Amino acid sequence: MAKWGMVIDLNKCTGCGSCVNSCRMENNVPNVGDKAAQAGRTMDWMQIITEYHGNYPNIRIVHIPRPCFQCNNPPCTKVCPVHATFLNEDGLVGQIYQRCIGCRFCMAACPYSAKSFNYSKPDFPEAYEKTLNPDVTRRMNGVVEKCSFCHHRLAIAKDVARFEERDLEEEDYQPACSESCPTNAITFGDLDNPEHRVTHLMHSNRAFRLEEELGTEPKVYYLKKEDK
Amino acid sequence: MENLRNDPDYTLYRPILESDRRFYWMIGFLSVVILWALVMYIRQLVYGLEVTGLNNTVTWGFYIINFVFFIGISHAGTLISAILRLSQAEWRRPITRMAEVITAIVLMIGGLHPIIDLGRPDRVLNVFLYGRLQSPLLWDVTAIGLYFTASTVYLYVPMIPDIALLRDKTNTKLKWLYTFLSWGYEGTERQKHILERAITILMVAVIPIAVSVHTVISYIFSMTLQSGWHSTIFGPYFVTGAIFSGTATLLVVMIAFRKLFHLENYLKKIHFQYMGILLLVFSLFWTYFTFSEFLTGIYGNEPKEMSVIHYKLTGPYAPYFWTMVICNFIIPVVILSFKKLKTIPGILFASIAVIIGMWLERLTIIVPSLSSPRLPIISEPYFPSMTEWSLFAGGVAAFCLLFLIFAKIFPIISIWEIKEGREEGLNEAKERLDSYLPDTIISEEEAT
Ligand code: SF4
Ligand code: SF4
Repeated sequence: MAKWGMVIDLNKCTGCGSCVNSCRMENNVPNVGDKAAQAGRTMDWMQIITEYHGNYPNIRIVHIPRPCFQCNNPPCTKVCPVHATFLNEDGLVGQIYQRCIGCRFCMAACPYSAKSFNYSKPDFPEAYEKTLNPDVTRRMNGVVEKCSFCHHRLAIAKDVARFEERDLEEEDYQPACSESCPTNAITFGDLDNPEHRVTHLMHSNRAFRLEEELGTEPKVYYLKKEDK
Repeated sequence: MENLRNDPDYTLYRPILESDRRFYWMIGFLSVVILWALVMYIRQLVYGLEVTGLNNTVTWGFYIINFVFFIGISHAGTLISAILRLSQAEWRRPITRMAEVITAIVLMIGGLHPIIDLGRPDRVLNVFLYGRLQSPLLWDVTAIGLYFTASTVYLYVPMIPDIALLRDKTNTKLKWLYTFLSWGYEGTERQKHILERAITILMVAVIPIAVSVHTVISYIFSMTLQSGWHSTIFGPYFVTGAIFSGTATLLVVMIAFRKLFHLENYLKKIHFQYMGILLLVFSLFWTYFTFSEFLTGIYGNEPKEMSVIHYKLTGPYAPYFWTMVICNFIIPVVILSFKKLKTIPGILFASIAVIIGMWLERLTIIVPSLSSPRLPIISEPYFPSMTEWSLFAGGVAAFCLLFLIFAKIFPIISIWEIKEGREEGLNEAKERLDSYLPDTIISEEEAT
């Protein structure tokens, strides 16, 4: 079974936010509006976390794009009372919006703050309505959602491969964020495939994972930012 | 009716037979508060959790705080009453009933809170349809369900003789209810024996259930990897806090009803002093746990842990934290250790302080950990909204209202146990005391 994962090169990331926006478009992530955003209810599946090192003017900024890490040992799925979030057979952590009771236990349990909650009925402006992606469900009020590694794209890629009677190839399946990154900072692929570029990068000596010591085994690696 | 007036315990029947204006005023006022809370809740049902002050980092707020707080108070009752009964403390007699009522009522209210907190309360049955036993929330559902059943039965069974007394001696509109609930109890030897057996079995069963409930509630927090929550002492810490806040609530209720129903003859100073000692002991226990929790955290100096600790000790939550220390440690210890201060108003003051302090404890456990995410994400501060305040007020009002209604229908002090204390307790206690003392009769052989 493939082990889908990502390597994000922090040297290359400029914090432009292209991944964030393409993710919003791809996954029908609702725009919550100013008031809710100020209250801290922004819903970003992919979020850019900015780390500041040092003091002005000797400041060094690191942008860390953070999707859901699809942990191999996810603390969030353990606590769900109704099996609405789970590690699926593709190694991805799924969410069942129709079943979630909205207890937000999984949000409290995720050490990476990767989940967001629909505090209100998602409402899309009229112009936006026409561009919604038909492959992704719209979420309802009161449920938790998060990055799915564009799981619907995997489903489509699998169907196409079956139709063409061939095996799934790696380039068949790419999430929106890696596809849209202008600096190619995000490499996506099968971490178990020794041929793939993602595996080489994963073994680079700059590679690390966030809060690795928690034992959550995230499937997203980062390449350390180096000062040139 | 007339012979009831000559009954030495007429004071205990009086609230049921006579009612005064004040009572209806209180009921009216409380109902208004509850109605208001209901309106606010319906509004929440319509709009979703938008109407709360929660956000994407602080995902749990007032509802979960109040859930832990109310369930904590429920430990007053059944646990204290079971322990007092088990240890045959004679002074328990006028207290146990009140303690048990607190438990039953507060569990009802507390148990509703997680449902109020859900984003999709319409799907609550999914917990039974798709329940995963690995989730601490399911442990909660089980433990609270069990505790509620056990403590309602434990409230009801010792009440049967009293209900039978009411059936026989009074003639109110509720006679049918008493007849139904008394289950044909006539006070025969056999019935008495069965009743005593049942009480014994229940009180032994209820103690581990009560302990498990709050342990399991603490597991909701300690099973996650959040800094400040992932702690091994949370189980006993929560249980201690629960009994602590429960004892304080019981004291407040005792003092309130003593005044309201003129029970000075039943709830004497000695009762408050003994309960005061219990409160003092638990205050010290609580301080000890809090100290150990923070010392290990600070000494270890792990950055993530420290950011939570700073949030509490010096950061935005410092005012709440230090008020909590004053309310839970300084006030009760000072008041309860000096004889001069240990008067009934003094104890009332200490108990109210403890209730506030324990509520703040739940607040400072839940919010700071969520407000300090592991990754450097900006977390908006949490301010409860009007809806959350209203539902909190509604919860407290529902507690008072249900208590008053209970007190209007059933005696708030166990009449038969008081009578039993008068008739048999004295002799039993003497016999028991004799059996503790070294034998004074020295046999002939030993003497020589
Ligand atoms: S990053 Fe968070 S939400 Fe994603 S799998 Fe890990 S614990 Fe779950
Ligand atoms: S919020 Fe939904 S997905 Fe998360 S733990 Fe609760 S029921 Fe499960």
